[in-house]
Amino acid sequence: MTSETMNNDVVLRLKGVEAGYGRIQALNGVDLEVRRGQIVALLGANGAGKTTTLKTISGLVRATSGTVEFEGEDITGRRASDIARLGLVHVPEGRHILKGLSVRENLELGAFTVRDANLRRQRMGEVFRLFPILERRQHQDGSLLSGGEQQMLAIGRALMHGHRVLLLDEPSMGLAPKLVLDTMRIIKRLNQEGTTILLVEQNARLALKLAHYGYVLEGGHVRMQNDAAVLRADTSIVQAYLGD
Amino acid sequence: MNLSDIVAQQLVNGLVLGSFYALVALGYTMIFGVIKLLNFAHGDLYMVGGFVGFLALSAISGVVGGDWPGVFIAMLFAMIAVGCLGVVIERVAYHPMLAAPRLSILITALAVSLVLQNAVLGLTGGQYQAFRADLGFGGFDIGSLFIQHNQMVLVGTAALLMVALQLFVTRTQFGRAMRAVSIDKDMCQLMGINVPVVIAVTFFIGSALAAAAGTMAGAYYGSIWYFMGFLIGLKAFTAAVIGGIGSIPGAMLGGLVLGLLEAFGTQIPGIGSEWKDVFSFAVLILVLVLKPTGLLGKPEQERM
Repeated sequence: MTSETMNNDVVLRLKGVEAGYGRIQALNGVDLEVRRGQIVALLGANGAGKTTTLKTISGLVRATSGTVEFEGEDITGRRASDIARLGLVHVPEGRHILKGLSVRENLELGAFTVRDANLRRQRMGEVFRLFPILERRQHQDGSLLSGGEQQMLAIGRALMHGHRVLLLDEPSMGLAPKLVLDTMRIIKRLNQEGTTILLVEQNARLALKLAHYGYVLEGGHVRMQNDAAVLRADTSIVQAYLGD
Repeated sequence: MNLSDIVAQQLVNGLVLGSFYALVALGYTMIFGVIKLLNFAHGDLYMVGGFVGFLALSAISGVVGGDWPGVFIAMLFAMIAVGCLGVVIERVAYHPMLAAPRLSILITALAVSLVLQNAVLGLTGGQYQAFRADLGFGGFDIGSLFIQHNQMVLVGTAALLMVALQLFVTRTQFGRAMRAVSIDKDMCQLMGINVPVVIAVTFFIGSALAAAAGTMAGAYYGSIWYFMGFLIGLKAFTAAVIGGIGSIPGAMLGGLVLGLLEAFGTQIPGIGSEWKDVFSFAVLILVLVLKPTGLLGKPEQERM
């Protein structure tokens, strides 16, 4: 155990987390910490366990061993909907826009746990300020938006929730290069406004530019971890493990 | 009777029949939405609703009489009781099967249907029960067309229930959550929605609507028996498919369309009323062949 002040700084901590799907073990003891106010990048090749790590944190996948702590509280094995209510909000890979529901309804549901209608309205105003296109398209079916707009909707929906920590899974996937940069800018801005973010990205170079700290997963283990600047400087790492 | 009278009369008949179909089809389609199960026991919940309504009305008709006010109170009681029965069925029979292959849960639904039918068969000895409602046969004429008050009240009540449901699923957070659960359960959990609770509420509402139809049908037709849910279950399934299974407005539309098709189908020369079931299921087959997604259903497509 480290000193008390250090502990307070850590909002999310994984200790020896193992998890998998049926007989396939995807995580073989992951140790990871996310400090308040930081962007932490989670990197690695396909199948390294990045998405499973996020799913285990948010409760979609049950840890078979180890613990997940959120703000000092053990949340291992809790129901995903209860974990979301704590303010640990997971934006899954592929965005998962609710097909057949309008953009506005998607946002409203993001604030499902917010009972106060005024607060919901206020948050929707904030989301519309951040993403004006969503306001213009609010009555359209959410699934008919372009890929970039869907990503904005997915992030906007998470903001409606009243998050303390965001888990973002491949927010740049399938987007045109310009939109990738836009998305990264938004992530940076959210962080500057105080949001702690655990970011899974294929595009390692980009992720390490944003992040304060980085973890590299390989075969369900943390292969290495360091300040993002250090990982970024080590070109051999980028080439060997991260691809481009 | 001239042709326009026949058309008008069958329109009324079709609306009455279609109201019953639509109410039962709604539960079918909502339950399919949230757990992707064709609940073959759903027609039997309509039947149980008829019997609970019958018992409730028998108990209170001495005080409030057997006319519509009494029937409404009995119907409300049946809706709550059968709604709870639906929730219990989901928890006991379907919930443990959700992770199993789709066929297993379908067979479970058939078993639940048999249990409900045989329970009521055992309790009633398989006899028809006269439904002690006293609705009268009053009405009014429009030209040579005669419309019973009963028909108006019945169609009006069904319409009111459907409007209420539509407002619930489009205007409330919980209703939106219900639609969302039918689309993407994992995402719902990530938004903090307690999915099992939403599924339970869906079963409650769907079963309650079937019970409302069962009580009204008992009061309107004057008799009930343990097997009355079988055929309407199949008809409601047909209606849900015509409208597009999983679509709530589709179930309403499909129910009305099927009711009207049956009413008018019996007027086609050479097709008597004894052929109306053949007519319905021929329509089902046609829809499945020509437009399997139904009138309001959306084709399945994945988008990255």
